[in-house]
Amino acid sequence: MNALRKYLDRIKPNFEEGGKYHAFRSVFDGFETFLFVPNTTSKTGTHIHDAIDSKRIMSFVVIALMPALLFGMYNVGYQHFHATGAEGGFWEMFLYGFLAVLPKIIVSYVVGLGIEFVVAQWKKEEIQEGFLVSGILIPMVVPVDCPLWMLAVAVAFSVIFAKEVFGGTGMNIFNPALVTRAFLFFAYPASMSGDAVWVSGESIFGLGKTVDGLTAATPLGIAKTAECPAFSWDMVTGLMPGSIGETSVIAIAVGAVILLWSGVASWKTMLSVFVGGALMGMVFNAWGPDTAIAHMPWYEHLCLGGFCFGAVFMATDPVTSSRTENGKFIYGFLIGAMAIIIRVLNPGYPEGMMLAILLMNIFAPLIDYVVVENNISRRAKRAVSNN
Amino acid sequence: MGKLFSAKNKEVFSAPISMNNPVTVQVLGICSALAVTSKLEPAIVMGLSVTIITAFSNVVISLIRKTIPNRIRIIVQLVVVAALVTIVSEFLKAFAYDVSVQLSVYVGLIITNCILMGRLEAFAMANGPWESCLDGIGNGLGYAKILVIVAFIRELLGSGTLLGYNILNYDAVKEAGYVNNGLMLMPPMALIIVACIIWYQRAKHKELQEND
Repeated sequence: MNALRKYLDRIKPNFEEGGKYHAFRSVFDGFETFLFVPNTTSKTGTHIHDAIDSKRIMSFVVIALMPALLFGMYNVGYQHFHATGAEGGFWEMFLYGFLAVLPKIIVSYVVGLGIEFVVAQWKKEEIQEGFLVSGILIPMVVPVDCPLWMLAVAVAFSVIFAKEVFGGTGMNIFNPALVTRAFLFFAYPASMSGDAVWVSGESIFGLGKTVDGLTAATPLGIAKTAECPAFSWDMVTGLMPGSIGETSVIAIAVGAVILLWSGVASWKTMLSVFVGGALMGMVFNAWGPDTAIAHMPWYEHLCLGGFCFGAVFMATDPVTSSRTENGKFIYGFLIGAMAIIIRVLNPGYPEGMMLAILLMNIFAPLIDYVVVENNISRRAKRAVSNN
Repeated sequence: MGKLFSAKNKEVFSAPISMNNPVTVQVLGICSALAVTSKLEPAIVMGLSVTIITAFSNVVISLIRKTIPNRIRIIVQLVVVAALVTIVSEFLKAFAYDVSVQLSVYVGLIITNCILMGRLEAFAMANGPWESCLDGIGNGLGYAKILVIVAFIRELLGSGTLLGYNILNYDAVKEAGYVNNGLMLMPPMALIIVACIIWYQRAKHKELQEND
């Protein structure tokens, strides 16, 4: 560690005003603060300091995402080997999935961080760390067959129009990872939904085997078009087709524990999303239309699709969710309820979590406003009655 | 002739096309800019229709501006615009039926286009017929310019065609993995493209930026 610190201190003058690598100042600054907590403090005004800075918070989220990502890689391989009938053990499946997912992670980070670096340099600001998390979330919410160039276009769109135009990390109204997915979903529906995209039919470096026209529907897709699939433990462990990171309830639960333990995510939001989804599922079971997906039991609704992933990693995003404590309950509850409503009632989309969270992102400031105003008027009344 | 094309009149004509554009600077007429720009052809026809209607209604209102009682001027303006819109609509149905079908209600809705009423109120009620005519054509063309830019981008990237002619939909392009962007055909993308034009224009001309 000391050697690294000394090396950074030695090369630092090159990046300061007048140094020969001044153009890469923001890049250097980004790496330095990523490796070491900066010891500079603000010189003016009153500030509240926390021992942890936002790069460290982002690292916690990335750690929490790891179980779901690693399981997602294994599942990509597992689905491929099962669907094509190729022979292979655990490590071959994992390696296959790793090789299929890795290019997406690289594309997502290179495009997203590239734009962030350019903007930071141009506006003479520090590099903002928000994309550390978005960059890993994005590959996890797309199907394995999503082409890389589409991913690159969508990441560029999302970073520019969902984030930088609003002022960068911490100022965005919408969750950038979900905007990326929404862009892909509406711009290239054939590559984001249907039966042909969820299981890869290509062999990679001789692993697996190439099968043309391979199709495999997600359980939600089946419930939408045919009949409601019976509950099975694969829905909990995650050995089913779906977006890369979203399938395993267990891996996401491990991530949720890490997020809650480190205090990054709010249990209020997380819990109320599940409560909202479960209640709305029961409502549709009792009084819903006579379709297969309306008859799907509520616990299956919670296990399938992106519900868990959205509830744990997207709805709890501290930037785009409600900030008032009571507001978090309302915000989460409405996300859960809205996701099930879109799933059941909208004929076009089998999945509703993405649209539900994006919709509630818009309302988060309004919810906060109502909660704060409500509190003010309640206390004002109390003050009057006490006198 | 010198008076007809004086520097002031040139300014009246050219300002709305660039620095005082009704869409990007005054932010008027946005709704039809979203609705008719998914293809280039209807966008051009729409732009021309608005140009013609703005020019003629400006001239007519300018000619009778001194006789219109102030209290009922909006009604009078509406009658003039409605008459012109009906003429253009019937003309399109007779000579360009396909485009007229594509534009559907939006030809009739030109009557509610804020640019029209805005120019009548702000310019034609206070200026002579020749200046009003130039102002109407200028504003119409400024509107048409933005419509054509937006429609060009949306049709090229959304459908892979331009004016209905195939540009990108070849097998070789599809083999390479290219897919048309469906979002371009949806109204949100028109808003984003208009926003980008506004962004570009304000970044280039500092005087358009508001001080806050």
